[in-house]
Amino acid sequence: MLYREAGQFKTNYFADQAVFPIRQDRIGVAIILLLAFVAIPLYGSNFLLQAVVIPFLIYSLASIGLNLLTGYTGLLSLGTGAFMGVGAYACYKLTSLFPGVNILIWMICSGFVAAAVGVVFGLPSLRIKGFYLAIATLAAQFFLQWCFVRIPWLVNYNVSNAIEVPQRMLGDIVITGPNASLHTRYFTVLIIVVAMTWIASNIVHGRIGRMWMAVRDQDIAAELMGIRLLRTKLLAFAVSSFYCGVAGAMLVFLWYGGAEAETFNINQSFFVLFMVIIGGLGSLLGSYLGAALIFGLPILLRLLPDALGVPMHSATIEHMSFLIVGGLIIIFLIVEPHGLARLWQITKQKLRVWPFPY
Amino acid sequence: MRLKALMVGAVLAATAGAPAFVTAASAQDSIYVPLFSYRTGPFAGSGIPIANGMHDYLDMLNARDGGIGGVKLAIEECETGYDTKKGVECYESTKAKSPVITNPYSTGITLQLIPKAAVDKIPVLSMAYGLSASAVGESFPWVFNPPATYWDGLSIIMKHIAQKEGGFDKLKGKTIGFIFFDGGYGREPIPLLEQFAKKYGFETKLYPVPAAEMQNQSAQWLNVRRDKPAWMIMWGWGAMNPTAVREAARTNYPMDKFIGIWWSGGEDDARPAGEGGKGYLTLNFHGVGSNYPALKDIEKHVLGKSQTQKDKFAENLYNRGVYNSVLIAEAITNAQKITGKKAVTGADVRRGLETLNITEARWKELGLPGFGAPVTNVTCADHNGHHAAYVQQWDGQKWVKITDWITPMKEEVRPLLEAAAKDYVEKNTGWPKRTEPCDKK
Repeated sequence: MLYREAGQFKTNYFADQAVFPIRQDRIGVAIILLLAFVAIPLYGSNFLLQAVVIPFLIYSLASIGLNLLTGYTGLLSLGTGAFMGVGAYACYKLTSLFPGVNILIWMICSGFVAAAVGVVFGLPSLRIKGFYLAIATLAAQFFLQWCFVRIPWLVNYNVSNAIEVPQRMLGDIVITGPNASLHTRYFTVLIIVVAMTWIASNIVHGRIGRMWMAVRDQDIAAELMGIRLLRTKLLAFAVSSFYCGVAGAMLVFLWYGGAEAETFNINQSFFVLFMVIIGGLGSLLGSYLGAALIFGLPILLRLLPDALGVPMHSATIEHMSFLIVGGLIIIFLIVEPHGLARLWQITKQKLRVWPFPY
Repeated sequence: MRLKALMVGAVLAATAGAPAFVTAASAQDSIYVPLFSYRTGPFAGSGIPIANGMHDYLDMLNARDGGIGGVKLAIEECETGYDTKKGVECYESTKAKSPVITNPYSTGITLQLIPKAAVDKIPVLSMAYGLSASAVGESFPWVFNPPATYWDGLSIIMKHIAQKEGGFDKLKGKTIGFIFFDGGYGREPIPLLEQFAKKYGFETKLYPVPAAEMQNQSAQWLNVRRDKPAWMIMWGWGAMNPTAVREAARTNYPMDKFIGIWWSGGEDDARPAGEGGKGYLTLNFHGVGSNYPALKDIEKHVLGKSQTQKDKFAENLYNRGVYNSVLIAEAITNAQKITGKKAVTGADVRRGLETLNITEARWKELGLPGFGAPVTNVTCADHNGHHAAYVQQWDGQKWVKITDWITPMKEEVRPLLEAAAKDYVEKNTGWPKRTEPCDKK
């Protein structure tokens, strides 16, 4: 009834090509942005910002990165955690070697370092596909993590083998380090994530995105149509690793405040892969929904018994939340194998004809 | 379709309802002590007894004495699963309830919390783990890691080896193997080990065990068999320990030449090796067994009601949890004494930790005579104290104390710590200078 595009006429090609062609969608996005930029910082508690929203945004960015590779280009990767690590370690090295340069510039630059590493490990993708490629990227995961542990230069010879985020300023405002206020970090994360999502949306809706999807759907056909496979696949690896790298740098610099090599282990890769699969392969919205479900649901479940006043041991809650999240994932995949994004799409279709379905 | 709609609705409702849960009540009539524990995940085997010991001792204080200084302790566990992500989440969710102390129980989590401690005014007690450099109180006023650092541990092990060999000069030309968890924790003692090797003229062989290979160490032990080191030193945790002990027994390595750090000395680390584990050595800094009045009190007041299994009561790692809680309780007691307040805050407890002074008489008063070496060296400048530890041996059934308290080589360790702390502060531009005044003991 409310969600209906009847009467919204498009009079030029530009309007017809818009990412959100329906007015209600545009209003919805505007409301979400308003919530994120105004309501959450104004009314959210510290816990909500620090433990829920900031990591959610960072993981969303990482899963957008993986989605560009796995969802849009069809190249399965298990090296996400390691590529995030490359971003984090690169940012740490760059900012300790050149402390005068603004940290935000280094965060973006560390994405390029991750992209370069991603391209190297993406080279086998020309010859191998599917599960075999997953194994090849697994090699990246193990090799890079090995480097994080074994190369003391990466951590500036820290005896505890950890990176500690130094204090860095933007003008007069502290953005990283323990003295950075929560809201500064939140807005930094939010702005980077929103901007990079916008860029990703433009990439996937444009020529490059179409090339990727052509490769995903049938790479031989794509090649016959004149798409150069090596370049396209490597570009996907580069862009994907860039996103993961920036997400990794943000993870350490704007959320954790310090990290060990263990932070970027294989579990991190799986964590992001689950987000992409549950959220929906080949959907930017899905990346957000997946991150919300995989990251947010356990937190919610942990808070639930306390809020309801049911006394429960923290370990029991943990076991319960493992069970419930695992069960939900299976249910979601059975009900809708294409992920939450597809579920949302179906809901939209139903909403259009509601309340008089035909 | 209805199922789908229902699910969508449930998810939406849950998301909308989320902020409602994010409320915190801070009670003024109690002292809030959060315990970060890990009863789940790959390290649960070590995490459960520690969590039980910590929780039970504080519960016992509540039941027996009505808390500390007449104020009840509000104890809450937060499950970290040894995962840094969840640890940070735990920290944030407990922060709202104004905790007086944080026990991260994971080096990874400790590292995240070190810079935050000063800002949030909550002291971090990382008991014999965490960042070694945080022993330097001038640079880390809010972080404490008594009773000893890993480097102290290594120096105690070296002392023990030298004593068995008949003096440090006898080490010349010998080979000492070092098998370690290949991460920050295991790599930390290497610089000191190499320094010792140079000084005393022995050779070191390093056998790293990667996290993913913790339960498969046959390759490392094949190398051990080839290299035939005179002594083996281990820095292990979790599933790595029992595997190493079993492999050592299988390769017929003499168990009484195999010595682990205090984190490698659980009953469940030695027991699975069966007869072969007999003779295995580890360091320890507290007593084992339940033969202490305070532990009897736990048995009387708490056991049965808590999560502790009766047959696991007063095992080594359980008692380590108790030791940890004694430090917490003592810090709170001191804080009450210094400030005269009853419901103390994190800032007060920091002062309490700096004046930590558990003499032999005090141990007795606590109902734990001889449980630990006197913890008397913690000062404003020294947040560790470099206290003594002893060597214990597995007799096939239980741990037996075989040496007296051995003091670490502070003169070797301290300069390294100071250098590490200086390095840390230099690299973290803008690291705050200490402004906290120092209390007299």
